[in-house]
Amino acid sequence: MIDTLVVDLSRWQFASTALYHFLFVPLTLGISFMIAAMETVYVTTGKTIYRDMTQFWGKLFLINFVLGVATGLTMEFEFGTNWSFYSGFVGDIFGAPLAIEGLMAFFMESTMIGMMVFGWKRLSKGQHLLVTYLVAIGSNLSALWILVANGFMQDPQGAAFNPVTMRMELTNFGALIFSHDAQAKFVHTSIAGYVTAAIFVAGVSAWYMMRNRHMELARRSFRMAALFGVLSTAGVITLGDALGFVGGHAQPSKLAAMEAMWQTEQAPAPFNVVAWPSQSEQKNIWSIQVPYVLTPLLTHTMTQVVPGIDQIEADATTRIKNGIPAVEALKALSKDPKDAAAMAQFKAHEKDLGYGFLVTRYAPDQDVSKATDADIAKAAKDTIPQVNVIFWTFRIMVGLGLLMLAYFIYATMLSISGKLEQPQNRWFLKFAPWMIPVPFLACEMGWVVAEVGRQPWTVFGMLPTWMSASSHSVGYMIFSLVGFVSLYSIFIAVEMFLMVKAIKQGPEQHGTPSTPVIPQSRKPQPSFGGGFAPNPAAPMSAHKE
Amino acid sequence: MDLYLILQVLWWVLLGVLFVGLGTMVGMDMGVGTLLRFIGKTDTERRTMLNAIGPHWDGNQVWFILGGGAIFAAYPLIYATSFSGLYVVILLLLWSMIVRPLGFEYRSKMPSPAWRNAWDWTLLLSGALPMIIFGAAMGNMLMGVPFHFEWNLRSIYTGSFITLFNPFSVLAGLLSLSLSVYMGGVMMMGRAPEPIAGRARAAASYAALAAIVLFAVLGVWVSMVNGYKIVSFPGAGVPQTPLQQTVELVPGGWLSNYKSYPILWAVPLLGFAGLFFGWMSVRAGKHTLAWWLGAVSWIGVIGTIGVAMFPFLMPSSSNPSQSLTLWNSISSETTLLWMTGWTVVFVPLIFWYTSWAFYVMRGKVDPREVEADPHAY
Repeated sequence: MIDTLVVDLSRWQFASTALYHFLFVPLTLGISFMIAAMETVYVTTGKTIYRDMTQFWGKLFLINFVLGVATGLTMEFEFGTNWSFYSGFVGDIFGAPLAIEGLMAFFMESTMIGMMVFGWKRLSKGQHLLVTYLVAIGSNLSALWILVANGFMQDPQGAAFNPVTMRMELTNFGALIFSHDAQAKFVHTSIAGYVTAAIFVAGVSAWYMMRNRHMELARRSFRMAALFGVLSTAGVITLGDALGFVGGHAQPSKLAAMEAMWQTEQAPAPFNVVAWPSQSEQKNIWSIQVPYVLTPLLTHTMTQVVPGIDQIEADATTRIKNGIPAVEALKALSKDPKDAAAMAQFKAHEKDLGYGFLVTRYAPDQDVSKATDADIAKAAKDTIPQVNVIFWTFRIMVGLGLLMLAYFIYATMLSISGKLEQPQNRWFLKFAPWMIPVPFLACEMGWVVAEVGRQPWTVFGMLPTWMSASSHSVGYMIFSLVGFVSLYSIFIAVEMFLMVKAIKQGPEQHGTPSTPVIPQSRKPQPSFGGGFAPNPAAPMSAHKE
Repeated sequence: MDLYLILQVLWWVLLGVLFVGLGTMVGMDMGVGTLLRFIGKTDTERRTMLNAIGPHWDGNQVWFILGGGAIFAAYPLIYATSFSGLYVVILLLLWSMIVRPLGFEYRSKMPSPAWRNAWDWTLLLSGALPMIIFGAAMGNMLMGVPFHFEWNLRSIYTGSFITLFNPFSVLAGLLSLSLSVYMGGVMMMGRAPEPIAGRARAAASYAALAAIVLFAVLGVWVSMVNGYKIVSFPGAGVPQTPLQQTVELVPGGWLSNYKSYPILWAVPLLGFAGLFFGWMSVRAGKHTLAWWLGAVSWIGVIGTIGVAMFPFLMPSSSNPSQSLTLWNSISSETTLLWMTGWTVVFVPLIFWYTSWAFYVMRGKVDPREVEADPHAY
């Protein structure tokens, strides 16, 4: 028997550890490429200010990077520890991209990051630049494989259930990695990372410019970030639209929830700009609509009908009824894999196996053959995710995206026209650091739309979330929750502390800056760092115990 | 011969390669972590040690991450059953692993002795604990773990986490710890200056002797416990689940593979030989040779367990017939074929650039340079 409380605790744990991990990933994805771009300018022009930029942003990158690595470990373990039924059910497919991520991307990224930090004195300029690029490419390839794995959960392509081994198995590797959902999501997510990095770099640079510190570095970093930001934000919005388009075909229930479409309406359907959806009453208590806009927005046509929640539930009811015999046949096959009658019954109903599983939680004794029409109706209602959560997180994400686009357009104009440092624009320099949390929030919202919108499934249409969790006691779940909360709270506090300290301290001061820099109220730092630069004059804090 | 069967056996061997990679590469860094406070007496000495493995720990750690991913991909049911069954232990392993990257990166960012001491203890714990758990998990596999399956292969673990710390498994954990201390000590002999190198040499030498004794004791112990034997199953290279086999317990059964093929005694012998000659090379101060002999000992130790248990991977002590074997927990032919392709391309590449990184960073770390460098750990 499955304990619903354990499933809920597992879901909360996964959601919070994933959202936490995703605080560090986007910045890594973007800033690694920005650093590579800075180093490229250094290597091609020989201007040392670009080397200083590379090293300064590299330092902040590392403080962030280690937490991404650490919290990523949790994710890889958590499928096995808390979602073991899921892992056994789809590991044949889902495990492959995770393993390939290690082989192809993470190994390279992690080895090269050691060379990037410690190799300044031991590698030639060209070699070091190559290493920096490999770090950036490695981290982005990591994201690709993780999102291929996630794409499978959203839209299980290239796989089929095998009743002999009682699990889903890979049938077509190409279909798995070139799944439209995975591809669109990879580009959308990685570019969201570039936006995050651009806002971060622009915000920190503006903070320096406000205080008239490190002007050379800050000015150049700001301009680079602004340009990078405009392009990335435009890209993220375009790709977000593509993702909605692709996702809409694979998951009509998510799309209907995003738009709070309770009833199927004739094309072209109206678009709810804002609304207050009520799940229990299955309607919007109030809404502001724009006629005709929804259909072209979602289908890129004027005539295609977008299914509403009423229709999705009705379809689910039919599929659940058809799926129950598949589950019963599977049970018989589990006892005797050679049972020909059971195999025939399974084959006839296999396309709705997942829907058969869906009613398990409501059926008496969790036995689907005893399911009543009322149980089936409950299960059908479950196929609609929480509409108000998805409707609003989606709108917040889009709103923040548009805000960031406007911000970057304005920042680029100010930076290129040279008006950024004029007194009337000081407000913008003050404002820019406050933009730093915005992309992080938008990324988290995006995750919620994608993953809460996928409910009640872990693998859409195949495996209900409720079945996927491990059979643990509540005590175990509380134990792990307490552990994660304590550790992660310490982590974020230490990380923020070191990040703020490193930003306040600013870049290392080098021999002869190309323009005068406002004197700092701090001790001079040793010259050109990295590697093992011998510099006996350096006043590092060498305390002995 | 059937392709699926070949792939199955290949992935059984690759699982061993993965464990050896994990033992040598991660174990080496973990050993340095374990020794940090014992052979590094001052802050500068400790920083020297950390900076000696600084360029490599992150890359090496991927052996561990790849280990998780590869077991997930190649043995989904092992991944699912072991990670959820050994829940508390796996979480302790995870938590000790995730504080480690922070230890390296954040330790020297603040001058305060209290701050650095706290991270030193963290690094020590996150070096020793994962190796003990790694060995103890192997020990538990030999002893069998109480779990069974429902009709749909939902695994149910019925033991408490205390049973995972049985004496045999704790000794196995200590064996793994001493091997890692040996590798870490040998690494410091090569990369750290005196007086660290001299202390590292003593530590590695003791660790080799401890490993020889523990390996011998565990070997004798294993010969006296119940092994598992398949009575009937659908056959090797045939898609199946653990619900379709019969398994019985046989006293001393873990030796039956050795008895059937006496040539296999060479594998445990390799473990002893690696450790013994490793100990001799440490005494002679030949650290590179000692490192490679350490890797040979890992091959011997992991190989010994593999040969003893073949084809079992995770026997069930409460329901032996539902024990997980190579044949009933491995992935489908399509998955194994694709994974083999990726492995053939990328593993040589990984060996190549890892060697390159070690070559670039060759030589001893100079403590003065560490102190002078604001980017150093």
